[in-house]
Amino acid sequence: MGENTPIGSVLIVGGGIAGIQSALDLAESGFYVYLVEEGPSIGGVMAQLDKTFPTNDCSLCILSPKLVECGRHLNVKNITYSEIIGFEGTPGNFKVKIRKKPRYVDLEKCVGCGICAQKCPVKVDDNYNEKLAKRRAIYVEYPQAVPLCYAIDAEHCLKITKGKCGVCQKLCKSGAIDYEAKEEIIEIEVGAVLLTPGLEKFKNNPYIGFDNVVSSIQFERILSASGPFKGHVERPSDGKSPEKIAFLQCVGSRDVSIEHGYCSSVCCMYAIKEAIIAKEHAHHLKPTIFYMDIRAFGKGFESYYERAKNEYGINFRRSKVVQIEEDIETKDIIIRCVDENGNQVKERFELVIMSVGLEPTKTSKRIKDVFGISLEKYGFAQTNSSSPLTTSRPGVFVSGAFSQPKDIPETVVQSSGAVSAAAEILGGARGSLTKEKKYPDELNIFGDPPRIGVFICHCGINIGSVVDVPSVVEHVKTLPNVYFASESLYTCATDTQNQIKEAIVEHKLNRFVVAACSPRTHEPLFQETLREAGLNKYLFEMANIRDQCSWVHMQDPEGATEKAKDLASMAISKARRLFSLTPHSLGVTSKGLVIGGGIAGLNSAYSLAEQGFEVALVEREEVLGGQANEIHFTLDNNSPKKYLDELIKNVENHPKISVCKKTQIKNIEGFVGNFKTTLNNCKGEISYEHGAVIVATGACEYEPNEYLYGKDPKVITQRKLEKKLTEENWQFTSNKEKSSIVMIQCVGSREKERPNCSRICCSQAIKNALRVKELNPYTDVYILYRDIRTYGFREEYYRLAREKGIIFIQYDASKKPLVEYDDEYNINVKVRDPIINQEISLISDLVVLSVGIKPYENKNIAKMLKVPLTLDGFFLEAHVKLRPVEFSTEGVFVAGLAHSPKFIDESISQGKAASAKAASLLSKDHISADGTISTVDIDRCTSCGSCINLCAYNAIEIKIVNERTGKKSAQINEALCKGCGACSANCRCNAIDVCGTTAEQIYEAVCAFK
Amino acid sequence: MSDFEPKIITFCCNYCSYVAADTAGTRKEHYPANVELLRLPCSGKVDILYILEAFNKGVDGVLVTGCRKEQCHFMEGNYKAEAKVMFLKDILDEIGFGGNRLHVQFMSAGEPDEFVRAVTDMTARIKELGPNPVENKK
Repeated sequence: MGENTPIGSVLIVGGGIAGIQSALDLAESGFYVYLVEEGPSIGGVMAQLDKTFPTNDCSLCILSPKLVECGRHLNVKNITYSEIIGFEGTPGNFKVKIRKKPRYVDLEKCVGCGICAQKCPVKVDDNYNEKLAKRRAIYVEYPQAVPLCYAIDAEHCLKITKGKCGVCQKLCKSGAIDYEAKEEIIEIEVGAVLLTPGLEKFKNNPYIGFDNVVSSIQFERILSASGPFKGHVERPSDGKSPEKIAFLQCVGSRDVSIEHGYCSSVCCMYAIKEAIIAKEHAHHLKPTIFYMDIRAFGKGFESYYERAKNEYGINFRRSKVVQIEEDIETKDIIIRCVDENGNQVKERFELVIMSVGLEPTKTSKRIKDVFGISLEKYGFAQTNSSSPLTTSRPGVFVSGAFSQPKDIPETVVQSSGAVSAAAEILGGARGSLTKEKKYPDELNIFGDPPRIGVFICHCGINIGSVVDVPSVVEHVKTLPNVYFASESLYTCATDTQNQIKEAIVEHKLNRFVVAACSPRTHEPLFQETLREAGLNKYLFEMANIRDQCSWVHMQDPEGATEKAKDLASMAISKARRLFSLTPHSLGVTSKGLVIGGGIAGLNSAYSLAEQGFEVALVEREEVLGGQANEIHFTLDNNSPKKYLDELIKNVENHPKISVCKKTQIKNIEGFVGNFKTTLNNCKGEISYEHGAVIVATGACEYEPNEYLYGKDPKVITQRKLEKKLTEENWQFTSNKEKSSIVMIQCVGSREKERPNCSRICCSQAIKNALRVKELNPYTDVYILYRDIRTYGFREEYYRLAREKGIIFIQYDASKKPLVEYDDEYNINVKVRDPIINQEISLISDLVVLSVGIKPYENKNIAKMLKVPLTLDGFFLEAHVKLRPVEFSTEGVFVAGLAHSPKFIDESISQGKAASAKAASLLSKDHISADGTISTVDIDRCTSCGSCINLCAYNAIEIKIVNERTGKKSAQINEALCKGCGACSANCRCNAIDVCGTTAEQIYEAVCAFK
Repeated sequence: MSDFEPKIITFCCNYCSYVAADTAGTRKEHYPANVELLRLPCSGKVDILYILEAFNKGVDGVLVTGCRKEQCHFMEGNYKAEAKVMFLKDILDEIGFGGNRLHVQFMSAGEPDEFVRAVTDMTARIKELGPNPVENKK
């Protein structure tokens, strides 16, 4: 390797969701990954969560496939129980020293059977369950942990501390335990580093001594089916099921007295989620949430909040908690608080949950020292709004909660974005160190009688608490061709994958059925397992007995069990008729198309080009930059103009980018890897072939018609004010000594027609208000708000605004402010001040409306690309939590405002994230397309041609198939066929069918339904 | 016939109603347990023969679900499904079996309520109609 060639591997520090996402993205796009984790297994805080908002997906269920993938990916080396102790070098060429702490259990030998932990005599507080349960001194963090290998807690092990015991070593059949193990120092070379060490939960909670006060993360464990109380809402003091529970918000957040002046961004939403889930577990519960502002600023969050209030009846109380005390006899908790009207009230609760904030990881200081990066004042990694993924050291990138508290989707976006940032400097080394996965030769099962294996999943208690799983197992054992049937706690866990492989070998199985959750999320995982066992992946079938059975028939366990039997039987019957399919290989045109030249699109295009791919950037307007052209200064007083100008210059001068301004998309056809787009501009039509599409079409400002807007020039929008504020000598009133501005928040957001929050308007108002005060301190500035949503470090500016004398008045959606003229034709804003509980009247020289963000008319592009939109018209990604830049249509990605309202730094991250996903696709010479496409039985086909008209994709042709006899038949173009089955459903000769869902398979399934 | 529990098969499109059904699960909605789902790549894959086979085997009702108009993942599979269902309903009426036992319903992936409503209504409708009249069910 030459001096200047970068090294094609990357070090990732921290194995939470951020690190896992980056690892998988890097490995998929041709880089070798070292994933270093301090703890004994990967997964991070997300593995501790019960559910995730706003979809209420089970957290581990959506994380687990990624854990498993990370654990078995050929190009990801997991180095657990380890820390970085040395780091030197330059971007592209770093040397890293890693200390591997002794685990005392051999990773290679341990099979994860758990006999050691059953017999270990030492009980220790279980940190995974937040000390609400005990674990042993030899342990795995949780059942689905990756790697599923036990570790000995050297602090508590009797053998290691006192030289006594040694039971586990005697019991371990694999001989994996070695009490003499020593720490190991290893050295590796990498081209770039991603820091993803995550967060710490705020611990110095003053009331944690009370039995019935738990932290939100403890409550998360209480709600979890695999938690200390098996998912029953109980209070720790007496195991009683409480009725009245309270959540206290902002514990360890928005509090300068404890040096936590920032907002933790996630607590409002997780408290709402926990309240909803708790109520689902125990319908009689009466949750109350005590809060300052509800910060439901993310995509779809506001509707979730509304549902919590209206459908679940959760009580939200805007109130400052003064004190909480414990009733010594009943152990109830008494909360004293000041309500909205300033009165002190007292209320008794049986269980109180502290919504604890997020802190920088406790390793942040050490990371700073080892990697030589700067931290900001609270100890988070220092970044800035135009380079949110870059640390102060070149070649070292950051993502996730280490740079600022953030939620899972933003973390995932940043993690993919950081992959792009790393790939930009390592582009040339792509593929230099990666290995290709070798599968065992596929068994030819043609003609063999079906031998079916079945796993019925308990999914913790998600299925097992409703469906009688053992009886389903007994039932399927009686079915013909079933040679193996068993139950499992979590079928998606790594050890079960091994059991599946073993069962396939031991029982000579040639079909496999899993009855568990939805095939939409888990089918690929099991198919991969089948491939590793030498079976064609299409010999797998899934029965959905959770989402479509146990969860919807909770009140009817008997019916649910019967249905589960039926669903399993149907899947088994279908499986009997399954056959091997060969996926066909498709070429990839390694060029990208980016639609939209705003901040997100520019970043996507530039990043793709820097990674070595040709890109066409299409913009409908004459200028690039989109909405960022309208932003003159940011909250932290930077000018985005300089950043934008430089970015535009870089993009326009890049040899690999062709910029098409004033250009429309006329048509997009084709499919992943092989799109063909027709562009239309003044020069006429251009056809462009490309492998991936990034949709970054942006969004625009909502045009208000309320509050006298458009009728009086003294009513303007925030954006107009921002522009005016940059103009020299601008005055909105002749009276310099006494003037006033009233700002009204949530105009066109959080309304019936536009139910969601526009995320940026609170910060925008505060930004402008601060500038007004700076220019003229005598101006009175009032901000009329519903909730101030300055999340993360933006909270500092909210506090600054209050210190500067900006007056914040809260109003309720039901009592909106009135903007009217008084007798002297002054504008008068009337609003009810909740503190004095009276209507007040503000004479204002200027009324500024904080208008929301509105999506463009996206239907056309959505239709061309066959991707969905949300109800409010933004693009809808494949999964709001874990696939925030992808669509379910392969090869199509989304970034920026087209996805949802966001700040510049967030658009930059998402633009880069979309390009990482696109680059991963474009870096491949070919991809294998799904084998589930149509096939023609030549002998049956009469070449009538009716299928040709039915096919929406022009995938069918009539061709001569036998030159000698002149026999004609329909023929499928494999690249064009999408496998919809329209042809098969109408074929009068039964000659054409869709592999994977053949008529025969459907008949079998229908017949199994008793 | 108050204790009659009908058996209903729902053909689901992989891109809309199947997702809606999953989401109904995540939201812990409730619907009768006698509804079984069969996943197809598209509602346009539904063949009249599948429906007849189901009735022949004694299923009391068949519900075909697909994407909302103009939202079909495969352009117009849902229109094709609707045309077939309407055609078959007429035949079922004509032979005295009752076209009411067959129903087509469109919904998007984001409408779990619609799914729950469709299967709940279907169950109620079939309960009223009573068991499948086919003799010598196979």
